Amino acid sequence: MSDVAEAIRAEALTKRFGSVTALAGVSIALKRGETLGILGDNGAGKSTLIKILTGYHQPDSGQLFVDGKPVRLGSVDEARAFGIECVYQDLALVNGLSVYHNLFLNRELLRPGLLRLLDHAAMRRRAAEALAEIGVNVPSIEIEVGALSGGQRQAIAVARAVCSKARILLLDEPLAAMGAREAQQIIRLIERLKARGDIAIAMIAHNYAQTLEICDRVILMQHGCVTFESATAATSAAELLEIVRREYRQRA
Amino acid sequence: MAIQPATLSARGVARRAHGLLLRPEAGVFIVSVVLVLYFQVANANFLTDANLQTLSQFVAAPVIIACGEIMLLICREIDLSVGQVFALAPFVMSDAHAAGLPVVAAILVALLVCALIGLAIGLITIWLEVPSFITTLGMLFLVTGVTLTISRGFPANTPGGPLLTNILGGWGYAEIVWALIAVAIMHVVLRHTRWGLHTVAIGGNLTAAAEAGIAINRIKIGNFVLTSTLGGLAGLLEAFRIGSTDPLAGGSTIMFLGVASGIIGGTALGGGSGTIIGGLVGAILLGVLQDGFTLQGINAFTFDIIIGAAILIAMIANIRIARRRQRGGE
Ligand SMILES: Nc1ncnc2c1ncn2[C@@H]1O[C@H](COP(=O)(O)OP(=O)(O)OP(=O)(O)O)[C@@H](O)[C@H]1O
Ligand SMILES: [Mg+2]
Repeated sequence: MSDVAEAIRAEALTKRFGSVTALAGVSIALKRGETLGILGDNGAGKSTLIKILTGYHQPDSGQLFVDGKPVRLGSVDEARAFGIECVYQDLALVNGLSVYHNLFLNRELLRPGLLRLLDHAAMRRRAAEALAEIGVNVPSIEIEVGALSGGQRQAIAVARAVCSKARILLLDEPLAAMGAREAQQIIRLIERLKARGDIAIAMIAHNYAQTLEICDRVILMQHGCVTFESATAATSAAELLEIVRREYRQRA
Repeated sequence: MAIQPATLSARGVARRAHGLLLRPEAGVFIVSVVLVLYFQVANANFLTDANLQTLSQFVAAPVIIACGEIMLLICREIDLSVGQVFALAPFVMSDAHAAGLPVVAAILVALLVCALIGLAIGLITIWLEVPSFITTLGMLFLVTGVTLTISRGFPANTPGGPLLTNILGGWGYAEIVWALIAVAIMHVVLRHTRWGLHTVAIGGNLTAAAEAGIAINRIKIGNFVLTSTLGGLAGLLEAFRIGSTDPLAGGSTIMFLGVASGIIGGTALGGGSGTIIGGLVGAILLGVLQDGFTLQGINAFTFDIIIGAAILIAMIANIRIARRRQRGGE
């Protein structure tokens, strides 16, 4: 595996929020073309880890590497410049804005010229194309996102990250609010991206079976630490469940 | 594949017209027109050139201030001190002129000072995490004190030759022309620039805006600067129209007229939505009421009661329309 280029690596990340230790020294590495599943209890620090990789949070200590080079991701924009895109757990959608405005939020298309006016027409067209291409169903791209169902909103959030030509794609529970059919659609989408071969994907999920189906490798996070790591081929839902159970028994 | 192109079927047109009528500013506009007809019937002097000038002057300053306040309300902030900046600007201009600057340069200095006040409000609000309600309440008293100090409590004459004075407010419709220019520019800013879209996004969902990487602080501070500067501009225009300026001009009344115009025109007090055109329509409604009742010769005390009640009714009506629209107007 060492011949595959490393996309992003985090070493010994720690992060505290007041008295809460969200991350207590987490190291992960993600290779190009690889899909990593991140499992773990509520509050284990999964979202915090992802938000450090997107530049949304800054770690208290630890180091990030992109393409093997040490980097500091001081803002979401800086991370985006490295091709890091994220679907946040809260979806990061603005309900009062249209579908197409949400798809292009903070990466709006502009008309040529000094006035830098928004190119609504181009955004509408490109949004319609992109959604059609990845098979996302919405009544209209003009509709306010607040009027969509939970699953549709989720699809929009995933579509936004996917359309952005991400090199490193981070998904925080992308299947959480989805019906079986819609979830299958997103899974197919992720599989299509994987087939491109150059994109590194990390995906947080709570469904072991789905995670094992999609991912090449899984890690388990507990209390701000990575407690287990394995290639999906070498583990099973039963084993993962057993590890979590053992942990509870120890704590009880 | 599931995206239906916008169809122009009769049903589509009807639905669009229905949507347009549900827009808050449409109702306000219709009420304004009805009021104009009423005042014209009650008093034949209403639709005369002289009175239209007066009417336009009632509308101009609130609308300019509304342009700023609407941007702030949309991103969940407010500026209570803009009426005091309105009063300060002409004195800064007079003093700068007295110190030897040409009038145009003195005007620019005055606007710069206003912009710096807005910057101070923005920095205090953002960095010290003070609600802007508090920051600008403090600034309201502070700026009044500064104005009273530099004016020593006396009115001052507005400098400038006849041409400049006419352009900047002397001519009966000059002020409303400036106001409409401000409306046009701010409408484009709000609807057709990233600045405007990001202002809406911040008010609609602050976390989402942050996660999308939107520069929240920069936009909020910028909107404070904008509002103070527009307040100063409105104060300067008013001073050029009247020919002199009073340290107690504008004040909270003009600020509330600006905010009320915005809210009557459909700007959500909770942020996330609003239109500049709505603010214009709201200011027209308030102007028609003020002007019409003045023309009727209504007693000044009764007048305030009527205006107060009208503002209340208009704002309540609008909040209700906005709610109905949210619930199922689509
Ligand atoms: N912005 C914040 N401020 C304060 N505490 C936070 C913040 N973000 C996360 N935390 C805390 O850090 C810990 C880890 O949270 P995190 O969101 O990373 O968990 P998670 O593994 O994503 O959980 P879930 O499965 O519920 O999404 C939690 O105890 C949480 O309360
Ligand atoms: Mg989470």
